[in-house]
Amino acid sequence: MASKFTRSNRTGFLMAGPAVFLIGCFVILPFLFAIAFSFTNQRLMSPNPTEWVGLSNYEALLGLGTLTLEPEKDATGAVVMEDGEPKFPATRSFTRGNPDYPQLAGMREWFSFDHGGSRTFVLARDVVFMTAVVNTFLFVIIVAPVQAGIALGLALLINQRLRGINVFRAIYFMPVVVSIVVVSLLWRLIYDGQSGLLNNLLSAVSFGMIPQIDWLGNPDTALGAIIGMSIWQAVGFHMVIWLSGLQTISPTLYEAAAIEGASKTQVFRYITWPGLRNTAVLILIVITMQAFGLFAQIDVMTNGGPLDSTQTIVFQAVERGYVKKDISGGSAISVVLFVIVLSISLIQRWLTREKS
Amino acid sequence: MAMIASDNHGLRLVTRYAVLVLIAVIFIFPLVFMLMSSLKPDQQLLQDSGSLRAFLPVGDISLQNYTKAFERAPVLTFVFNSLLVTGVTVVLSLVLCSMAGFAFVFVDWKGRGVLLSVLLATLIVPFETIAIPMLLLASKLPWVGMEGLSYGWLNTYRVQIVPFIADGLTVFLFVQYFKDLPGELIEAARVEGASWWQIYRKIVMPLSGPILATAAILKFLTMYNQYLWPLMVTQEEGYRPVMVGLQYFFQLNVAWGEVMAYLSLITVPVLAFYLYLQKAFIASIASTGVKG
Repeated sequence: MASKFTRSNRTGFLMAGPAVFLIGCFVILPFLFAIAFSFTNQRLMSPNPTEWVGLSNYEALLGLGTLTLEPEKDATGAVVMEDGEPKFPATRSFTRGNPDYPQLAGMREWFSFDHGGSRTFVLARDVVFMTAVVNTFLFVIIVAPVQAGIALGLALLINQRLRGINVFRAIYFMPVVVSIVVVSLLWRLIYDGQSGLLNNLLSAVSFGMIPQIDWLGNPDTALGAIIGMSIWQAVGFHMVIWLSGLQTISPTLYEAAAIEGASKTQVFRYITWPGLRNTAVLILIVITMQAFGLFAQIDVMTNGGPLDSTQTIVFQAVERGYVKKDISGGSAISVVLFVIVLSISLIQRWLTREKS
Repeated sequence: MAMIASDNHGLRLVTRYAVLVLIAVIFIFPLVFMLMSSLKPDQQLLQDSGSLRAFLPVGDISLQNYTKAFERAPVLTFVFNSLLVTGVTVVLSLVLCSMAGFAFVFVDWKGRGVLLSVLLATLIVPFETIAIPMLLLASKLPWVGMEGLSYGWLNTYRVQIVPFIADGLTVFLFVQYFKDLPGELIEAARVEGASWWQIYRKIVMPLSGPILATAAILKFLTMYNQYLWPLMVTQEEGYRPVMVGLQYFFQLNVAWGEVMAYLSLITVPVLAFYLYLQKAFIASIASTGVKG
């Protein structure tokens, strides 16, 4: 509708200006800063001037090395055994002041695997960050499909024509309006090892067969417990998005299917699911982006522990940037996170593209 | 609906409702537990969690935990801060983002296409990835106040408000909504000689009730529930919002009764607000999806 009546550069600038300016200052600028700071030694407060340090922040974060060792042998050439396992030289002797392996200096063992008698050690400059990356991916890989799936199930359930269905919709959505911080603190008591509701419930339904578990204090269950709670809190959000997708599907398609005598599975397979295609892509991307931001649950429930089993990327970024006042290190983590989120949403878009 | 009641039909109906109720229980039990526990002394609270009493207001019921919570932390200050920060941000956000949406949709000006695509691109930048550099930025920003020029925004209200007034999503929601309004109406008003401000205030805003509600609810939820940012920028008690205030309650020896009282105090008003405006809340979340 471009006409001489709608054209006005001045009005356009004046009306869009304030919002655009603020977004520029508080989204775009910090984003560019994150990239710039990650190549410096910037600190929150420092007497020393800021200097360019090239890639060294990334090197300190992502540096990996491998070391393949043969088991120790005694004078006769037999493998030295210790506790029934072959004994390997300590990796310490290679990573600390060993002039033959300068590239490994300062690294620590991340994990190791055996092959054909020898053992390969994977060393990392920052083992905690590596653990955080793995945990975050684990969280996303489990939460994205499970939460999207449960949300779809709930949406289908809520989409029925039943008296009072709105009441159920309202209840399922309720946790979404409650802050994740509140939810996390509340669930700390539910997950409690001694008097937690969950343990009491499990022991009641199993007649005492299931032992008491300290859900958040055990490295094997802590991340799982956080995953369960996070899904409980957020699933209503995605249920509503699925629901609005469901309601865009034309009722005439369902009527036609009913006349043709299609089964419930057929209706879902050939009408509902194809109609939800765009919604599915959107939900997957939204959940993934939200899941990568995992922070509040960790901060309130576990502080990254026990034994780093709930460390996450954002928790590490805050630990560096805020607690240790190391803006450059925190920025480098932020950039790594952004690259991960961007690549994954691009991959998701590509995988779910319309095939013509 | 013609009800030909057969046993089969009745049974199916009962099963459906049973499933719905069971799921409802899963979503509601922690919240009921929170509310009931807030009324009980610590020892009883922990004992009750072994039985259904956990969800009932039975035993030694009182508001003592609430009194003690008020003694432990400046609860009223936190509540005031949260309401102030959330309220001001929501109002300013509605004004500035609706104006921007208006300019992008109805006004024809140089650079609007480019700027709109830049704004949309910001949607893929999660807040968590810019929080750290923004912390440094906030510690250095200038401000002109009563005492003249000063630097540093930490421990203020403005550091919690200004960065969140405008965001890509809110502008985008307004743009989508305005696109569906009849453009001829605006052009006709222009031909009649109405100014842009008159059109914005007298024609477009009165038609924007639903989208204003949506944008307000979304902003309200993000602002009131914010944690990471206020945690980093408010070291002084006087500026802390309710979510950061929670930290006073989960230190060394957790007094669960007080914790539950504080949680109920900051959550129940929001839940009541939600239940009252339930349709609008759900519609606003849905709108972030439909057109995305």
